[in-house]
Amino acid sequence: MKEFKVTPIRNGTVIDHIDVGMSLKVLRIIGVRGDVNSTVSVLIHVPSKKGAWKDIVKIEDRELDPKELDKVALISPDATINIIRDYNVAEKFVVEVPERVKGIMRCSNPSCITNKNEPVEPEFAVETKKPLALRCTYCDRLTTDIAENIV
Amino acid sequence: MSGSLKGSDIVSIRDFSREQIEQILNVADKMVPVAKGEEKSTELEGRVLGSLFYEPSTRTRLSFEAAMTRLGGRTLGFDEPKGSSVAKGETLADTIRMVDAYSDVIVLRHPQEGAARLAGHFAEKPVINAGDGAGQHPTQTLLDLFTIRNEKGGIDGNHVVIVGDLKYGRTVHSLSEALSMFGAKLTFVAPPTLQMPKEHIKHIESKGLKPKISNSLDEVIGDADVLYVTRIQKERFPDPAEYRKVAGAFTINRTMLREAKKDMIVMHPLPRMNEINPDVDGTDHARYFVQAFNGVPVRMALLSMVLGGME
Ligand SMILES: Nc1ncnc2c1ncn2[C@@H]1O[C@H](COP(=O)(O)OP(=O)(O)OP(=O)(O)O)[C@@H](O)[C@H]1O
Ligand SMILES: [Mg+2]
Ligand SMILES: [Zn+2]
Repeated sequence: MKEFKVTPIRNGTVIDHIDVGMSLKVLRIIGVRGDVNSTVSVLIHVPSKKGAWKDIVKIEDRELDPKELDKVALISPDATINIIRDYNVAEKFVVEVPERVKGIMRCSNPSCITNKNEPVEPEFAVETKKPLALRCTYCDRLTTDIAENIV
Repeated sequence: MSGSLKGSDIVSIRDFSREQIEQILNVADKMVPVAKGEEKSTELEGRVLGSLFYEPSTRTRLSFEAAMTRLGGRTLGFDEPKGSSVAKGETLADTIRMVDAYSDVIVLRHPQEGAARLAGHFAEKPVINAGDGAGQHPTQTLLDLFTIRNEKGGIDGNHVVIVGDLKYGRTVHSLSEALSMFGAKLTFVAPPTLQMPKEHIKHIESKGLKPKISNSLDEVIGDADVLYVTRIQKERFPDPAEYRKVAGAFTINRTMLREAKKDMIVMHPLPRMNEINPDVDGTDHARYFVQAFNGVPVRMALLSMVLGGME
């Protein structure tokens, strides 16, 4: 049998410990499509040290901006970001769910004014972290299906 | 929010502390003679209320207009968006900025939830939420609290039974949360499919109360101090026969009230359909018309306070 190996990256970002099944959403969030000209590897459903399953995304020549980090945190609060420089892990941190979430998610309430073509960014306060629930500062409703509503 | 309400938006009852609510109700008390036309006031003379009703609501709109007029102010605006720039697709944000320039205070009724909060961001003048879709309707809650306080001599310790569509009814969500802040005892009576959403029950429990859930009015009516009745809408029931059955079981009539305490009061946000039989109107229990009148002094208090008159 032929052995498959993920090519190591020289410089870039490894997003590790992604909640299993969320890696394709992570790709969408960080805007990785067919037109990138660097290596992107996605590992879906791999065993993690803690005995559970996880996904991993590795992107060459790319670092995430704060908005993207917030979005990753919303759909995968335990994800770790490993900045790779010259093949080594130069920096490592766990993403952090922001206290207030602004402009990166839409409200799940279809009757919310923020879904009606008004010049405002939807804004939420974190109600609970586990499971993650966000309360819209406009309509007061809770959004729990976070991944579906990330923009 | 704390201290004076001058310049504040009135968007959600959740924004207010018990002390602030009491302060509003105290000012409303002082407004009663003016609201009745027994005394005259020029407190808001020269002030303009921008009244934007994107949805018809005769009662709320007229009581705001009465409140402003009784205080010597004037009202401009529309009572349906048809024919206005709104109908041409202008955003709420733009309409608000325009009205903000023409008025001293804005009252907004809008079908979308969160509309008042948005208006508050775009307006410099205070915005009062007169109902935003299935969301908040704080002035209704305040006038309900005012009615209970005045008719029962206080709110604490009263057993308030709320009956009707508790799932979708915005009135009962804000009211029950506010009542729990005042330490009233609560019972929710509804058919199981229209019971109070868990989220609201949790919120009430977080105030240290344990609301009772029931689907039988007969079981609880004898112990009620306040019976707050709301409408059950036909549209909630796919089967008309089921609707008739449910609506019938939650209709108040004179016979049922024989089981009630002598000083129990019946309230309803109005308009009513068949939930309260007209034979209740003549009893000592009926308070829904007083309640409707109370909308005027309560709204006078709010207008006066956000415009920096009374403290
Ligand atoms: N040059 C590289 N190219 C591709 N992936 C890399 C590279 N260096 C490290 N990684 C990956 O980055 C992740 C973090 O690497 P690290 O060596 O810190 O592993 P770890 O000690 O298991 O980390 P953790 O405790 O966060 O799970 C691992 O998934 C690893 O496979
Ligand atoms: Mg590891
Ligand atoms: Zn919303």
